[in-house]
Amino acid sequence: MSVELLLFYIFAVIAVASAILVVSSRNVVHSAAFLGATLFAVAGLFLTLHAEFLAGVQVIVYVGGILVLFIFVIMLIAVERNVHERQFNRQWTIALLVAAILIVEIAYGLYKGKDSFLLPRVGAAAAAAVALGGNSEQVGAGLYTAYLLPFEIASILLLVAIVGAVVLSKKRTQAE
Amino acid sequence: MVPTHYYLILAAALFTIGIIGVLTRRNIMVILMSIELMMNAVNINLIAFANHLQQIAGQVFAIFVITVAAAEAAVGLGIVIAMFKNKETMNINEIDLMKW
Repeated sequence: MSVELLLFYIFAVIAVASAILVVSSRNVVHSAAFLGATLFAVAGLFLTLHAEFLAGVQVIVYVGGILVLFIFVIMLIAVERNVHERQFNRQWTIALLVAAILIVEIAYGLYKGKDSFLLPRVGAAAAAAVALGGNSEQVGAGLYTAYLLPFEIASILLLVAIVGAVVLSKKRTQAE
Repeated sequence: MVPTHYYLILAAALFTIGIIGVLTRRNIMVILMSIELMMNAVNINLIAFANHLQQIAGQVFAIFVITVAAAEAAVGLGIVIAMFKNKETMNINEIDLMKW
């Protein structure tokens, strides 16, 4: 077994196990902690896929930004009462049915498309990519040339999200 | 070299776990976290194909997915806080004002 495959298995097991614990743990803080483990494992998977820049972005934005935001909100809101309540809806059968249908669909898609995974890896293109510079340079060049318009739209989306979050959570003043 | 379909199967598993979390949990914070799990599964797929086809487009698109996830988390948590001020609950079954 090659080192890459071994690393893949380690990260995959961590990711799936902590994802199951995110969904099943009783305490929300534990869920958030396990979500952090999943996010780190997914960052490791990005490394095995030669996406080093994305692995860094995953750790900085997801773990350092989104997860910390989640934990802040959990700390702001009282959770002690919630731990002793029933945690799951009474719709297990429907949920499992939906999940089973989803698994069958994905398995069918993978089975139908299995020939496309046998494509020979593009060796010459990979060598050319290495000559172009590292992963960060490639992603940056892609972002600022071919995908410039989506990049600007994403910045506007973030601006709207900031304004929306402030408006949603600020106190109503007397004038309003 | 890890075969690409291993990553696709892993992403499918993560996505299904996220779906089960959204459909069965009653705590709105856990539901938001399950949505983040599903977005991570999609990112794994995008980057696996970016690696498989040796094209950078998949990685660029994954950055946009992360951007949308950050925006979604900010607005979603703002809604959670606004809702908690009004109803003092995190249980989605008690938020049924618009339920038919």
